[in-house]
Amino acid sequence: MKLPKLLQAVLVVVGVYIGFKLVFSVGLHQPIPSSLLTMYMFFVVVATLLVTTATEESAKEMSAPIKALVEDPSKKTIRNIVFVLVPLLAAWMTYSKLAPSFEAPVELRTIHPAPPSSLKAYGKSFDMMKLENPFSKFQKEDPEKFKVLVKEGGDVYYKNCHFCHGDKLDGQGQYAQGFNPLPLNFQDVGTIAQLQESYLFWRIATGGPGLPKEATPWLSAMPVWKDFLTEDEIWKVILFLYDYTGQAPRSWAAH
Amino acid sequence: MSFFSGFKRLTCLTLLLSLLFAGGFSFTSIPVFANMANAEEAVKSEGTPTESVKEGEKKAEYPPAPKLTAADYPQIGGFNPRILVWIVAQLHLWFAAFVLAVPIFVLIIEAIGMATKDQRYDNMAYEFIKVSMAAYSITASITAIMGGLLTFTLLVFYPDLFKYMASLFSRSMLAYAFLFFAESASLYVYYYGWHWLEGGFKKWVHLTIGLVLNFVGTVLMLLANAWVTFSMSPNGVDPATGAFLGSEWDVIHNFLWNPLNLHRVIANIAYGGSIIGAYAAYKFLSSSVKEEKAHYDWMGYTANVIAVGGLLPLPFAGYWLTAEIYAYSQQMGITLMGGAFAWLFIMQAVLIGALFLSVNYYLWCGMGRSEGSGRYTKHIWWIAALIVGCFLVWFTPHTLVLTNQELKALGGPYHKYLGPLGIMPAKNTAVNIMIIMTFLSFTLYRRANKIATVSWAASGSAIQAAIFVAAILNIIFLGVYHGYFTNTAYKVAASIPQVLSTAVVIISTLIIDSMMFKGAKEVGPLRWGKVPDRSQYALFMLAVSFTWLMGLMGYVRSGIRQHWHVNSIMRDNSIDAFTPTIGVAAQVVTSATVIFMAIVIFIFWLSNISSKKSAVH
Repeated sequence: MKLPKLLQAVLVVVGVYIGFKLVFSVGLHQPIPSSLLTMYMFFVVVATLLVTTATEESAKEMSAPIKALVEDPSKKTIRNIVFVLVPLLAAWMTYSKLAPSFEAPVELRTIHPAPPSSLKAYGKSFDMMKLENPFSKFQKEDPEKFKVLVKEGGDVYYKNCHFCHGDKLDGQGQYAQGFNPLPLNFQDVGTIAQLQESYLFWRIATGGPGLPKEATPWLSAMPVWKDFLTEDEIWKVILFLYDYTGQAPRSWAAH
Repeated sequence: MSFFSGFKRLTCLTLLLSLLFAGGFSFTSIPVFANMANAEEAVKSEGTPTESVKEGEKKAEYPPAPKLTAADYPQIGGFNPRILVWIVAQLHLWFAAFVLAVPIFVLIIEAIGMATKDQRYDNMAYEFIKVSMAAYSITASITAIMGGLLTFTLLVFYPDLFKYMASLFSRSMLAYAFLFFAESASLYVYYYGWHWLEGGFKKWVHLTIGLVLNFVGTVLMLLANAWVTFSMSPNGVDPATGAFLGSEWDVIHNFLWNPLNLHRVIANIAYGGSIIGAYAAYKFLSSSVKEEKAHYDWMGYTANVIAVGGLLPLPFAGYWLTAEIYAYSQQMGITLMGGAFAWLFIMQAVLIGALFLSVNYYLWCGMGRSEGSGRYTKHIWWIAALIVGCFLVWFTPHTLVLTNQELKALGGPYHKYLGPLGIMPAKNTAVNIMIIMTFLSFTLYRRANKIATVSWAASGSAIQAAIFVAAILNIIFLGVYHGYFTNTAYKVAASIPQVLSTAVVIISTLIIDSMMFKGAKEVGPLRWGKVPDRSQYALFMLAVSFTWLMGLMGYVRSGIRQHWHVNSIMRDNSIDAFTPTIGVAAQVVTSATVIFMAIVIFIFWLSNISSKKSAVH
């Protein structure tokens, strides 16, 4: 038996929605945020409507039940029910969106705010446009020395950072669960792999209090490490972060 | 006819007045121009600055960039200077983009007609320029008015900024004013000389005028681009003081000039095609005569092909521009893609996806013109599924909007599985596949009415299918491997073989198709005009989306300077020197889009009543 076009379209949309829920919430235990799921479903609905109205026959088949519902005198009862249900549904959706709740309002937090053009630390000013890790050059020039520097960076990390960012640099340190949001996972391709070393220097040196206005709300417990580490120690720990994770800093070496 | 003549006269008068206004007011009455001219003359007579003076002395020759206070920005009435200049500049850009774009593809079509000696191409080119001439006349005058208004508002509200910019770009600004006149003159000669300059050598002359028109138009745009990109990536001035170093070419040839030039040339073609498409759709819907409907259906289709032709390479030109912005300044790059403006990029992604959906929908609906389309309509659903799948990847943000509960459930601000889709390698992969699928829709549309008669038709189709599959697999491999397992230099570089894979699909399919369908049997005559009305709304959608996109992305490009008039050289110390919220920015751009579309609809309506009057006469 061939299903009516409109029912096919509804089943596709519902099927995709259930698929998203099953795969991400149940299967992977990483639910899709509601704001993103709304966007996904909006375009799934739009695309379904486009496909089902792309040909004249399909469009007629698609609209036939709706036309019948509105025009066919024999469907008076179901028409009245639909005409009551649809506004009620809209009212319920509006109410549930506007009703006061204890949930904090959703805020867009900029996780990678833009760095300043210059940074003041250690009694001097660093030009962020030109700032580079002074030890990076040893990777090619003196690999043995580079290894020693990375190891020293590792020592700094395990003495200071791993409590929050974790043994494996995955953001799962002993104290990590005490923070919301969790400390950054450096293994993620979306974190340090996207950034230049100067950016990391800025973030480590100035910590949470050094976040600019655009990064509000300042949900960061990161200490101001320039008060505890030397300039060289910060550069060495940056070497270690990239070396351990196998990521490379954003660079324009190929240019 | 008299109606048109009136407009022509009005347009000429307006252009002339604008020119006189621009020349007289902005270039001779400001003392700094006189100083600049004198200074440049002095340099000229003494040789180049590097030859004649030491660096320290050279800096002293030119004044530094002014350091302003809030009191240096005039406040007039209840006007908000920034929003006023923002809207006027945006309207000027939209009209200018349209005016510059149409002659580009008209010239190309005319040249094809001349090379192939196929009169249909020439007729088509003339149709384009003819039906859009009413829009041109008004548009050109509006462009001039907007240009004058932009200069005026800058002079009134940002006098010191204008003085500083004019001191650097004195020659190019003068050249701009004269080129504007040359643009208008060549445009009118090109249009009105079409039939006068027909056949043999005369046609060469006409083509040359078209070339001059396009050359002048392009130079105009390149000059304006230099002013814009200078404010983002200043060059040719002392980085500490902003004092001019003596070479106007260095100031023009700044770091972001060429990436923006390429992006805007391609975007203008796509934009011009989309506006002509919207015009054709308007005429199609407002007509009840069968022949007229067929005519405007054909025109809408051709304009759509041009718009799509421009749209396909556009993401790559945009990617190059963005990569160069990031390479120039980490701060600007992060503000753009990862910081304050990141969600405007998600809006951009949504609009670009909507463009692709509109284009595909138009092609699917257009299959109704052909009796043989039934063989291909069954493929629409999986093409759509792939496009939507890529679209969802394309707009998945890196920075998610999360409730507190979701933040806890995910264990952090990043989604473990969707997070990697938020960065560029995934976007590049998705957009390449979207382009390939859109091209597949176009290929199926072109085939719908034909049956190949060559003996190797089945093998030819199999080879084409293999190329499509291999290219998609290659694009996915490049995106995943280089995107996630190599460093940034390779990540960016991997986008080139991805684009090449897409280009191979397009070029090889066109070549194989041209051989395979040579002498092909037609299923039936193409029934121009036999498309559903809803397909025409896809053309409107295309034009509106383009307009909106240009506004939003134009704001982002300009806004990443943040509190600088000229990045790190001249600080904006006005009371408006803050970055508005995404919502406010979107409202301003949307309002400007509505104003622009209202004027465009007015132009369409005017051309409609003028053609009715012509028909009566």
